[in-house]
Amino acid sequence: MYLFVEHLTFLDKGPYSFAVEKGECVGLTGRSGIGKTQLFRAITDLIPAGGEVFLEGIACSACNPTQWRSKVTMVPADSHWWHDKVGDHFVEFGQSPLLRDNCELLGLDAAVLDWQVSRLSTGERQRLALLRALQMTPAVLLLDEPSSGLDAYHTGLMEVFIEQYRRLNKPAIVWVSHDPEQLKRVSARVLRMEQNGLYQST
Amino acid sequence: MDVVSLSSVDLAIAASLLVLLSLLSMLLSLGLERKILFFGGRMTAQLLVIGLVLRFLFADGSLLLVLLMSTVMLLAAGREVQARQKRKIVGLSGYLISISAMFVSSFSVTVLALLVIIRVEPWYTPQYAIPLLGMLLGNTMTGIALAMDRMTDQLYGRRGEVEQRLLLGQTWQEASRDIRSDCMRTGMMPIINAMAAAGLVSLPGMMTGQILGGTPPVEAVKYQILIMFLIAAGTGFGVVSAIWMSGWRLFDERHRLRLDVLDVERA
Repeated sequence: MYLFVEHLTFLDKGPYSFAVEKGECVGLTGRSGIGKTQLFRAITDLIPAGGEVFLEGIACSACNPTQWRSKVTMVPADSHWWHDKVGDHFVEFGQSPLLRDNCELLGLDAAVLDWQVSRLSTGERQRLALLRALQMTPAVLLLDEPSSGLDAYHTGLMEVFIEQYRRLNKPAIVWVSHDPEQLKRVSARVLRMEQNGLYQST
Repeated sequence: MDVVSLSSVDLAIAASLLVLLSLLSMLLSLGLERKILFFGGRMTAQLLVIGLVLRFLFADGSLLLVLLMSTVMLLAAGREVQARQKRKIVGLSGYLISISAMFVSSFSVTVLALLVIIRVEPWYTPQYAIPLLGMLLGNTMTGIALAMDRMTDQLYGRRGEVEQRLLLGQTWQEASRDIRSDCMRTGMMPIINAMAAAGLVSLPGMMTGQILGGTPPVEAVKYQILIMFLIAAGTGFGVVSAIWMSGWRLFDERHRLRLDVLDVERA
């Protein structure tokens, strides 16, 4: 098992157990407010939780938390930016051609990295937040409604982009969405989150 | 030059101004008349009591009593810093942070000044130690309270940004760097502004008091300069240590932002 979440409990929810293989994309659904984001926050060790999360057999609690989060990262539904310029958030890649190519694959303006953050639309922020998370080449990618701010065309671009990224870099992906059709397209199986556990969705 | 001693009648005349003010407040229906009279009276009582305490302390002059008095002052200052915050760190650790920061800003600086600069014999002579400590406590408190208040407020308001940075594999120190330096600047700005205005816009209270008390102006000014330096340095060190300690409390060993240590109900 690549990513293994074992009896994870937080707040008054859980226990949640599931596994995701390397290069697999699993869909996650559940009614609003059930705690999908909190589950992601628990997996990335942003909130205290019972149980344990393993990556390739190594427990989260045995890892340095900053290293854990660069391997097991999450792209929140609402992105945050702190520098004035978009490009300043991409330290590792700098202004590399690959990053610019990826921008275009997602339908972003090629010059977007030189823009001021204040100029970005919600959808642009969302796509750039994905690229920002990918610069660490995470082993586990937790996507929290990654296309909620996008139109159908750009949603399609993003689905294709993530699919290609998954084939190339083989991360384990958990994709939260309220759109069953989308989850059918992007994932092989879908988990449904309830107060007391996760269930295979049919 | 002898000091003109103030009689009770003199003070009563000044107090009548306050009565006049409360009458005005009533006329304008500001609703402040009770407060003006109450706090005016309370201030009088507080200062009279402290006058008596100081008279006793100066006559006795023992190290034990001086230490006792300074500890009480320090604890009161720590409590005041805590009370001025909107979202404070709950429990004992919040008080400990405030008290430790005030200790750094005032206690240590006062001892240093007594031992190295003023070199009065013995170093704890209450006529020097107590006013100096009081001056430092009172003046560094504002900066420290401001910095700590801003720290918790900013971390609360910008938690999304901080957590996003943690998610990108940053340590808590990196993730909160902008906020922490912003808070340190906020805490130090008032004293820097006070230094800029001293003598030009405002005549500092201590110097004015000494001059009224008959000290030659240049002597009074020298003391004021000393005090300004001590306050500025104390504020700076106190603010830095307060922010540093708050950081350790607000993030845990797993580099998580722990806003659950904040008391947000009253915010």
